[in-house]
Amino acid sequence: MAGKVLIDAQHLQVMLNRLCCQLIENHNDFKETVLIGLQPRGVQVAKRLVELLENNFGCKDLKLGFLDITFFRDDFRRRDEPLQANQTHIDFLVEGKKVVFIDDVLYTGRSVRAALDAIHSFGRPENIELMVLIDRRFSRDLPIQPNYTGAQVDAIASERVVVEWKEIAGGDIITLTNDAEE
Amino acid sequence: MSELSVNHLLGIKDLTKEDIELIFATADQFKDVINRPIKKVPSLRDITIANLFFENSTRTRLSFELAEKRLSADVINFSASSSSVNKGETLVDTVNNILSMKVDLVVMRHPNPGAAVFLSKNVDATIINAGDGAHEHPTQALLDAYSVREKHTDLVGKNVVIVGDILHSRVALSNIFCLKKLGANVMVCGPSTLMPKHIHSLGVQVEYNLRKALEWCDVANMLRVQSERQEINYFPSIREYTMQYGVNMELLNSLSKEITIMHPGPINRGVEITSEVADSDQAIILNQVENGVAIRMAVVYLLASKRKLST
Repeated sequence: MAGKVLIDAQHLQVMLNRLCCQLIENHNDFKETVLIGLQPRGVQVAKRLVELLENNFGCKDLKLGFLDITFFRDDFRRRDEPLQANQTHIDFLVEGKKVVFIDDVLYTGRSVRAALDAIHSFGRPENIELMVLIDRRFSRDLPIQPNYTGAQVDAIASERVVVEWKEIAGGDIITLTNDAEE
Repeated sequence: MSELSVNHLLGIKDLTKEDIELIFATADQFKDVINRPIKKVPSLRDITIANLFFENSTRTRLSFELAEKRLSADVINFSASSSSVNKGETLVDTVNNILSMKVDLVVMRHPNPGAAVFLSKNVDATIINAGDGAHEHPTQALLDAYSVREKHTDLVGKNVVIVGDILHSRVALSNIFCLKKLGANVMVCGPSTLMPKHIHSLGVQVEYNLRKALEWCDVANMLRVQSERQEINYFPSIREYTMQYGVNMELLNSLSKEITIMHPGPINRGVEITSEVADSDQAIILNQVENGVAIRMAVVYLLASKRKLST
């Protein structure tokens, strides 16, 4: 495993459990709440949280959607690598609902800005909250802060926080790698 | 692969299979967008597009305009009938005048084959060919293939017959290129007078008997008889054409399997296909129109993304 381990599987499990409890504290039975995983990497976080909420906390009928923000980004025609769109899957209206955006790492805040734009294609939510596993503080380009945070990390620009899941990579782990050293 | 290999869309001939698949994958996302309560995305808000139509069009022009507006581009429309073209201005002059108003993309339909290629070599804008004479109509071919793929999941090994006026049809040529690149088997069927001389060289089968062609195919694309391009009579009468090459319900029901009917529009009801066929469940004509917007959004988006912003 390349890079420095920030959070191991056991610690991650504790973190996810805590985030579930915080969600329940604010949203009770989730009747008026919809959970939205941000494509691509917020999807796995959202799926895992829903799995925990349903299996360990007895929550039922959770509404989970996935939102792709590609067409709402602010760096179209400004970056070298082309943007690749992912699937948006939201089969309910968010009109009047409490929306919780879920993502793995909050860095500059630009993806969240795009997501705030994108979600309005599905109606006007009552309010929107943000949950992230890792908050890279002191690196924001926009005035955006999370409502729920797994852990805060201080990292410099050449470093990357990588979240891996056992469903995809074979193990749950969060690491810090340095592109400059590789 | 997430970028087109070309900078203009002049014809299907220039595209690779990967290009076509990328356009389809992007169109899938846009199809989702246009079925949302709010059908607009802000991607192209700093792009200006000129739609230049030197030849009549309803569907293609509306479809492009809608696609551009749903991507938030600024759009200007131009049609030859109400312009200085009638006063003797050349094509390059007309377009350069429009470009000096800072236009990034030009969508053009023109009666002369090769007009789009000519323009791409002479002006500094991204060109999308919306039909050039009897040459190519790439977005129509893309949306046709996309609609077949939607109905039959895959095009590989599917039998598609193109029926009618092959000689004057840009839709036929672009469709042949597109379907063959995606692995479909293509047959053309029509009166021998409306069959181009060297059609075999495109690797398609030729059949003059409509029933045989329909028995062979999974999908039949019925082209319109292009009376406006026919300077001489290619067949004795419309009535005789319809008797030999028109599709009606009786013919469809007598086939051994259910085939899909397509038509690029505008339909001459009662000529190529009867009203009954056009409105039947086997026809996917209106799906083609819906997919046209998604395909054109994908094409415009992917080409615009290649115009990097210089800061």
